[in-house]
Amino acid sequence: MKQFKLIYTAGVIALSVLLTLGVASLILTVLGANVLDTFWVIFCYPFTSLKNLSGVINIMTPLTIVGVGICVAYRSGIVNIGGEGQMVMGLLLAIVFALFSDVPAPFAMPLTLLVGMIGGALWGALPGLLKAKFGVSELLSTVMFNYIATQAYSYCLRVPLLDPSVAGGSGDPQTVKLDASSWLLRLNEIFPSLPKGMRFHAGIFIALIVALAVFLFMWKTPTGFKMRAAGASDRAARYAGISVSRYLVLAMVISGACCGLAGTVEILGVHHRGLGNCTGGYGFSGIVVALFGGLHPLGVIPAAFFFAVISYGCSALQINKIPVPSNMIDVLQGLVILVIVAAKLIIANPYLMDRAQRRFMALTHRKEAA
Amino acid sequence: MTPISGPITSLRIEHITKRFPGIVACSDISLSVGKGEALALVGENGAGKTTLMNILMGLYTPDEGKIFINNREVSFRSPSDAFACGIGMVHQQYMLVPDLTVTENIALGMKQIAEGRAGDTALMRVKRAAKLDLAAVRRHIVAISEHYGLAVDPDAYIWQLSVGEQQRVELVKTLCFGAKFLILDEPTSALTPQETDDLIALLRRMSRELSIIFISHKLAEVKALSNKVAILRGGRLVFRGNTADHSSADIAALMTGHEVYLPVNHSSRAPGRPMLEVRDLFVRGDRGNMALSKLNLTVRAGEIVGLAGVSGNGQRELAEALTGLRTVESGEILLDGVSLVGRSPKGIIAQGMGYVPEERNVEGIVPGMSIRDNLVLKDIARPPFSRAGIISNAVITQNAEAMRETFDIRCSSVGVAAGSLSGGNIQKVILAREISRGPKFLIAVYPIRGLDMGAAEFIHKQLLALRDSGVGILLISEELEEIINLSDRIAVIFKGSIQRTLGQGEATQRKLGMMMAGVKDYEAI
Repeated sequence: MKQFKLIYTAGVIALSVLLTLGVASLILTVLGANVLDTFWVIFCYPFTSLKNLSGVINIMTPLTIVGVGICVAYRSGIVNIGGEGQMVMGLLLAIVFALFSDVPAPFAMPLTLLVGMIGGALWGALPGLLKAKFGVSELLSTVMFNYIATQAYSYCLRVPLLDPSVAGGSGDPQTVKLDASSWLLRLNEIFPSLPKGMRFHAGIFIALIVALAVFLFMWKTPTGFKMRAAGASDRAARYAGISVSRYLVLAMVISGACCGLAGTVEILGVHHRGLGNCTGGYGFSGIVVALFGGLHPLGVIPAAFFFAVISYGCSALQINKIPVPSNMIDVLQGLVILVIVAAKLIIANPYLMDRAQRRFMALTHRKEAA
Repeated sequence: MTPISGPITSLRIEHITKRFPGIVACSDISLSVGKGEALALVGENGAGKTTLMNILMGLYTPDEGKIFINNREVSFRSPSDAFACGIGMVHQQYMLVPDLTVTENIALGMKQIAEGRAGDTALMRVKRAAKLDLAAVRRHIVAISEHYGLAVDPDAYIWQLSVGEQQRVELVKTLCFGAKFLILDEPTSALTPQETDDLIALLRRMSRELSIIFISHKLAEVKALSNKVAILRGGRLVFRGNTADHSSADIAALMTGHEVYLPVNHSSRAPGRPMLEVRDLFVRGDRGNMALSKLNLTVRAGEIVGLAGVSGNGQRELAEALTGLRTVESGEILLDGVSLVGRSPKGIIAQGMGYVPEERNVEGIVPGMSIRDNLVLKDIARPPFSRAGIISNAVITQNAEAMRETFDIRCSSVGVAAGSLSGGNIQKVILAREISRGPKFLIAVYPIRGLDMGAAEFIHKQLLALRDSGVGILLISEELEEIINLSDRIAVIFKGSIQRTLGQGEATQRKLGMMMAGVKDYEAI
């Protein structure tokens, strides 16, 4: 019985992977690209050099942190689609802090990260409070808060924080470079003895620590337990004396803090200044990562790695002279979401499995008889 | 599937087997029901009754076995196949739209009500089929209800009807659809005692013309209505016979596999100090009305007070006000001398309040969490389950294993989701959690509703043992037998206040029934 379940689950997963690849090949053929070459660039090219792998890790870092944040919210019964806005508000506050404060070197970077977390936490707390106090649907409020955050950031980039050297010019608006004391350095900058290809920044360690810490918090502390209980059944939690609305707000605070941190890590590790589109859409793709990771903080880590690989691979299509737009990543993401949802439904349906099992038994028994 | 047009003179199932992942829900079951017979299908929760009926209704296809109607083999691939053969089922949960009238509700499920008339052109027939002929439906309803003596007002809105009336609407609906064979799933579970008596009388009349299979837990009904009884246990048919030849006790014993004695509260210990005092309590209901008005009630330590009443008279609001889940408008609630008004649910739990809520699946447990976790739902932040902010899974598992033993919780492992358990086992999990916390007071709302005899017996024994250990218990129930068996005193609630309180000896089912219906001066009748 158990064995069959394993085979069945593996079979469903294998089938869904094949289906994804099949549909993707179809799209690529329509686009007129060579399917094998394209797949090679998307799935294998990222592993061909240390430099490429570093690129993957740099994408994986913010994806992991956002994904973990989404997990916390989801497990506590609130769907946070506002990761993008919380990232933006976090990094905006962090940039302001880094530009205008005068903190000495060893403290500048950690303090900036902390400020970024606070920015995201506050922006996440608002929809949480609105839901807890007035029953406002978070699906609406978080999306709206994304717009507000993006526009506010855009304004700050163009007016108060604009780099004077691009003012009046036609260049994209951006801030001046942050002081190097606040940067998250690349590994080969921290340890010059490492090979030159080790170009990923130290943020990945922060991401791994955050994932582990959130896992321990949600599964090993009473507060995390209560948040999960409230998320699984708010009515039963209320009857058991758990203040559901309080934990709802707390969940959004933690979720927002993660997103804010992810945004800040991206700025301090990659861009070193504020510029447009610096969130990379991670606030949204983090949701996919969280789902793909089984809404578990530790599951998010491999999920983020996988998405970082295909994301890096898709962005490398142009340099490898493959005539496929790098937007292919969005198509792949969409496909993966559809297939995950379908596969989950199939795996969770005991009747389907039961039927499959009996078919399987009938087949194998006939073989034995023959 | 060719429909069966004439009356159903016999229904026979042979060697029906249905497997679900991990269990055999029905194993080699054979039954037959003849014309004008009423078969009672009894068994504990999870014995396979509902699965068997769902097979008869075409919701499931059996893995093995055959169904015969009028000695002709039939196979149902969907409920409409079963309908076409004249089998109709009234489910436990009524499927009616509250904002529509009785006629509209019944018309909803009808496809070909427009009877063709001589001389109709095809176009006219199509037009008539497209137009909902409510007048024809109404005529049909009136005809059916007169024929069977089912009093139903076709123009009433569903929301205006009591539960008993809604059930009659369901019956009429099923008959309007052409049912010649009725299946009823626990038809009396939501009815008041009077409505139950009416229904049984009605079904007895109907069984002269129709065959009936009904599922029930209540042996009194089985005796009153059926002429044949079939008992399922663990998916097997363990007994088949004439109802008249066997006593209720025999049937109960066959059902559970052992002799069942629903425990009775005999002891006459003097109760202790007042444990719960409710004074002039006013509480609003969900619609803003005063659900409780000037309610007064005292429960002493080591005493069970039964709160009898037709549901909807303020029982739910009282339980929620006592546990802090509903705001108190005015009045006083004292638990062992400490005021509870204005405290949070958490604060009230900390004062020693235990609660077995009405809807055990969504209020009593978190269905998605494991049994183990549900057992410590209220105490997770306290030692020994967590120390210095860290949960100890070893202690939680140990606790769960001990509870599983003491409370006879039947599960494959304490790690499985609590929501996957049967109703009786879910109730045991809740009771285990509440009792093991060492409460001063326990509110138990409909503690055995929908449970089989074996589970009910166990739960009642636990409640009596808790009472003997000095805990005050407020037992809220509609089951008069349960209330009379367990209570030291019985308070009758009507329209949000206590009608009267009776001592253990004074209460009879008849007296309580009258008082629940609002008759104050029952002695005058």
